[in-house]
Amino acid sequence: MEARMSHPAPASAVAPNVIDVASIEVIYNHVILVLKGVSLAVPDGSIVALLGANGAGKSTTLKAISNLLRTERGEVTKGQVRCRGERVDGLTPSDLVRRGVIQVMEGRHCFGHLTVEENLLTGAYIHGGKRRQIADDLDKVYHYFPRLKERRASQAGYTSGGEQQMTAIGRALMSRPSTILLDEPSMGLAPQLVEEIFEIVRSLNEKEKVSILLAEQNTNVALRYAHYGYILENGRVVLDGDAAHLRQNEDVKEFYLGIGGEGRRSFRDVKHYRRRKRWL
Amino acid sequence: MLGPFLETLIGGLLTGVLYSLVALGFVLIFKASGVFNFAQGAMVLFAALTVARLAGEIDNKEVHLANFVVAAAILGVALALVGWYCWREYVARGSGAPERRKIQMLAALGAIVGGGAAWLYGKGAWPMWLAIAATAAIMGLLAYAIERLVLRHLVNQEGIILFMATLGIAYFLDGFGQTLWGSDIYTINLGLPKDPIFLLEGVFPGGLLVDPGDLVAAVIAAALVVVLAIFFQTTRVGRALRAVADDHAAAQSVGIPLKTIWLIVWTVSGFVALAAGLIWGAKLGVQFSISLIALKALPVLILGGFTSVPGAIVGGLIIGAGEKLSEVFLAPILIRAFDLAGGGIENWFAYVLALVFLLFRPQGLFGERIIERV
Repeated sequence: MEARMSHPAPASAVAPNVIDVASIEVIYNHVILVLKGVSLAVPDGSIVALLGANGAGKSTTLKAISNLLRTERGEVTKGQVRCRGERVDGLTPSDLVRRGVIQVMEGRHCFGHLTVEENLLTGAYIHGGKRRQIADDLDKVYHYFPRLKERRASQAGYTSGGEQQMTAIGRALMSRPSTILLDEPSMGLAPQLVEEIFEIVRSLNEKEKVSILLAEQNTNVALRYAHYGYILENGRVVLDGDAAHLRQNEDVKEFYLGIGGEGRRSFRDVKHYRRRKRWL
Repeated sequence: MLGPFLETLIGGLLTGVLYSLVALGFVLIFKASGVFNFAQGAMVLFAALTVARLAGEIDNKEVHLANFVVAAAILGVALALVGWYCWREYVARGSGAPERRKIQMLAALGAIVGGGAAWLYGKGAWPMWLAIAATAAIMGLLAYAIERLVLRHLVNQEGIILFMATLGIAYFLDGFGQTLWGSDIYTINLGLPKDPIFLLEGVFPGGLLVDPGDLVAAVIAAALVVVLAIFFQTTRVGRALRAVADDHAAAQSVGIPLKTIWLIVWTVSGFVALAAGLIWGAKLGVQFSISLIALKALPVLILGGFTSVPGAIVGGLIIGAGEKLSEVFLAPILIRAFDLAGGGIENWFAYVLALVFLLFRPQGLFGERIIERV
């Protein structure tokens, strides 16, 4: 399928994007087509949000980039994924982490029986025995997440949801990533905690120069912190643009932010409109 | 009364250590991959057979030179690979096509050197140390084959599927070992002291009789346990192993290569199987029934907890001591009280104990509590 997108991808001539996804198609179990030609780009140093409802394909997109897909019997059948201009679709997740691309999975996935600090240390696995560097990185993580320092010796399985999310992000930081693929960090967290975590994510982006590709259902929060956004529906990108623009977009307001939409007269208009939009 | 009691207790504890040794292999794999490796017993048998045949008496049994050449070639390959790995770690980190070619060349070289050495050695009967080294290498290769051919394709599958896979591996190994090395009963001569020792002769009349072979075995097992515990708790790879045990997917996402981890784990548990095979083989002779001691390890695991290295040890000790004590002291009471034919308590005691534990403390004595949080 030809994807005609208005995203800023071919800027690679100027400064290569950290992540370039070019019309990828993903099939699970050889039969279930989940992504139908998704393209997107993450420019260096930016926060890009990937929005959409349940099952739209956000997580799948992230996993297609980090290559965690294969263990779930998923496969990228068309298109390509590039990291700083280099194709990475054949690599293992571990190779990608070495190249600075790491995913923080949905639902946190802490190692429950390991302590918080041990969890963080597993993130430094690829750095081998560089003790000094690892100690420095640990300090840095504790600087961003002071709460983790207090809980460092407790088993991660017994910490709160917010602390687990922080542990998961901190663990990813320990690998010294250039890009974090952050999947649904707000899941199951109180609004206040969500803000706290997003604030930290923003400061990581600004101070540590980490690019972030963020998959979120919480469109409102995501668009406030992201620079650019893509909206996914049924495995296709239906809309993309600067976060500020997206926030002003009537459709986004109506469908994702739950405000506006007075202009719409009947449901039929909506369906028609969305069908047309899909093939954008 | 105290004298015989202590004697039985010591004998039981020493046997228990051997149970622990088998259980340890289970724990390692279960911890790192969440797989209950039914093939552990078969690995013990396979390792014991290999050692027995490589080092064994070959008087009037047919010698298959090919076996020795293959074993030596594998040893050579293993040496070459270890050397290459150390060298690579020393010089730089990296992997790619040239590295792979280098690995192939070194492996081929190792195979030629090893095969040549085997040829020179000729008609079997290697010195024990060489046989053990070659068997260790073969166990490593076996681990690699299992990872490459089976586990890699079953990542993120249900536990029961992995379990069934190990069941298949178990029966394959049982048969394959005999295909390679023959199905006779062999002996392993480790040169362990045979004469019984008498302890505390001053305190008890006649002293306490202790089998020195068991004593040596216990010391070896204890040393293994200490090393493994340190490895798991403090090293980077040990931490990664525990991480993989907790959550495959998350471990992958932070860049821990599952392939490598599983290879390490199966190799280490192969080594543990080798140790168990050596000791059991020296004690009972190498025969098919060795693979059944894996079943004795089950109650040990339930008692100690599937995820705990110390648990495997303590569980083994309790089961070993409990078995012997119940046989010697409980049986006569039961016989007198109920007018039974008696005997056989040794056979079921462990399982009943395990059952009781399952009812009241399913995670075992030292097992990690199952953490469920919403």
